[in-house]
Amino acid sequence: MYKYNEFDEAFLAERNAQFRAQVERRIDGSLTEEEFRPLRLMNGVYLQLHAYMLRVAIPYGTLNSAQMRQLALLAEKWDKGYGHFTTRQNIQYNWPKLRDIPDMLDALGEVGLHAIQTSGNTIRNTTADHFAGAAKDELMDPRPYAELIRQWSTDHPEFQFLGRKFKIAITGSPNDRAVTKAHDVGLRMVQRDGETGFEVIVGGGLGRTPLVGKVLREFLPQADLLPYLEAILSVYNVLGRRDNKYKARIKITVMENGIDTFRAKVEEAFLTLRAQFDGTDQALLEDIKQHFAAPDFRSGSTEAFDAAYDTDPVFRAWADTNLTEHRKDDHAIATISIKAHGATPGDATAEQMRVMADLAEQYAYDELRISHQQNVILPHVHKNDLPAIHAKLKQHGLATANVGLISDIIACPGMDYCALATARSIPVAQEIATRFDELKMEHDIGHLQIKISGCINACGHHHVGHIGILGLDRAGVENYQITLGGDATETAAIGTRTGPGFAYDEIVPAVERIVEVYMAQRESADETFLETYRRIGMEPFKAALYPEAQKKVA
Amino acid sequence: MPRAFTPKVITANDLLEGDVIYFTADDTWTRDMSEAELITDEAEAQLRLIEAEKQNLKIVGAYLADAKAGPNGPEPTHFREEFRRTGPSNYFHGKQEAQANV
Repeated sequence: MYKYNEFDEAFLAERNAQFRAQVERRIDGSLTEEEFRPLRLMNGVYLQLHAYMLRVAIPYGTLNSAQMRQLALLAEKWDKGYGHFTTRQNIQYNWPKLRDIPDMLDALGEVGLHAIQTSGNTIRNTTADHFAGAAKDELMDPRPYAELIRQWSTDHPEFQFLGRKFKIAITGSPNDRAVTKAHDVGLRMVQRDGETGFEVIVGGGLGRTPLVGKVLREFLPQADLLPYLEAILSVYNVLGRRDNKYKARIKITVMENGIDTFRAKVEEAFLTLRAQFDGTDQALLEDIKQHFAAPDFRSGSTEAFDAAYDTDPVFRAWADTNLTEHRKDDHAIATISIKAHGATPGDATAEQMRVMADLAEQYAYDELRISHQQNVILPHVHKNDLPAIHAKLKQHGLATANVGLISDIIACPGMDYCALATARSIPVAQEIATRFDELKMEHDIGHLQIKISGCINACGHHHVGHIGILGLDRAGVENYQITLGGDATETAAIGTRTGPGFAYDEIVPAVERIVEVYMAQRESADETFLETYRRIGMEPFKAALYPEAQKKVA
Repeated sequence: MPRAFTPKVITANDLLEGDVIYFTADDTWTRDMSEAELITDEAEAQLRLIEAEKQNLKIVGAYLADAKAGPNGPEPTHFREEFRRTGPSNYFHGKQEAQANV
């Protein structure tokens, strides 16, 4: 993985020193809050309901064990002993003190991590497929390109004051695990005539105006990536609206101008910009690629794995849900669920972080990944090591066998932490997971993604959940709207609202009724919730959710 | 008839700690909502907010929050302010933790 060079280290040290001085000037009164606020946001420091919050980028979701241990150190030394992994491959600390944050940033800098551009109207952390470099279906590891984008976008003078935030996601696989169609720009690697390039998607996004991104360019040669991105950003920077915050994202720019006009302007800008790129970026990319060379995979029999799989039902259940095919047959990708039933989705304690770091170092070629689904991944594991890994995970509450199941819920922090939230998300997730664990149904239910947001901004991706839940404030009371049929993959779709919302104490029973309809209607255990929904439509679910309304019609 | 004014308290976050604080009748800040000044007059509320904002060196983001009189002082009327004076519901952190440690 990428290791900072002298330039990177010096840049980050200087930036952290600047922020330290800015904090001091705020404290001594030289800076007002109005002056300080944009400066702290550029460095990932928010003020939330109960405290400051520090959002640290995990570029393209990749960490090594030393970095994970440092995240644990921050949690323990300056926070309350845990961190929260987010839907954009960041980690958030919920309780830092203002004076401590410069020290936290310096500690992050020691291991090549930062919080730059994790907030503000800039290009945010570029997210990637969390199985990048390991997935069997992958054309090419997208992370060198994500790192190139990180370097290009960090402190890019033209794009520090965009009309609104700007999020890029990238995947190297046809199976989209990076939600590329719900980003401002999504990049999907595709092949044409034996050459690998990018399908460029633009104008996707969730929030109050959920839209599936549109294809801007069907095939972009790899070498043109930065000039083309720069063209998109420069057109957006000029055309994008600044008069209305809610119409400032690129999705609105594309919608208002039309994709064809937008494309024509991008292609025109691209011609000019491409001439300004002299090949330095490509030389840099070649250097970056060296950092992402695949590990020297070991070989050997998978006897221990096979034996454990045949004899230990707990291990087998975990293996069936939490493992994904690796590009090397005797290896596997192991997803560590940090969604124990009843726990806060995405939270890991300092101790758990250290355990995962140790496992990565001992068994997984020192690599870890963070997924937008708020789990942690050991991307390369020889299958024979899986029983030992599972045994260790069990000791630390990390062996929950629920990846892709109903309790593997995405939930934003919601009203428990977030200053923007209109309702709680976390307790809803906790109660749904606890309920279905009690029912012992979730393995039978199979693949079902629930995604919960505590406000219309949709950090919890509720629009693309198979079951989406949106928490709102209705006349001073929490109220939850449900959407069905959302899809976060390459067949991306925005869910459809079922109807009126549900009170806090009605939402878990409502989800249960939806699941009952699915279980009764599915043609076989192989038909997933989403497939059943697409076959039978909304009506049977509505009938179960709103029996009173049905009676009136009848 | 004009709409009745909902009483208010002035609340903010502490600059250094980041935690929730409330403005008192004697122009100081308290971490306990029940010790806050309950403002019942609309014009007075705006004047008190200006007074509170003079202390922007120590605080961040002062605003008027709806409140009501309770037996032990002001109480929140909305669940957002209830969370702010208590802490998150998933862990025993924030004000609820601080109060337990007294």
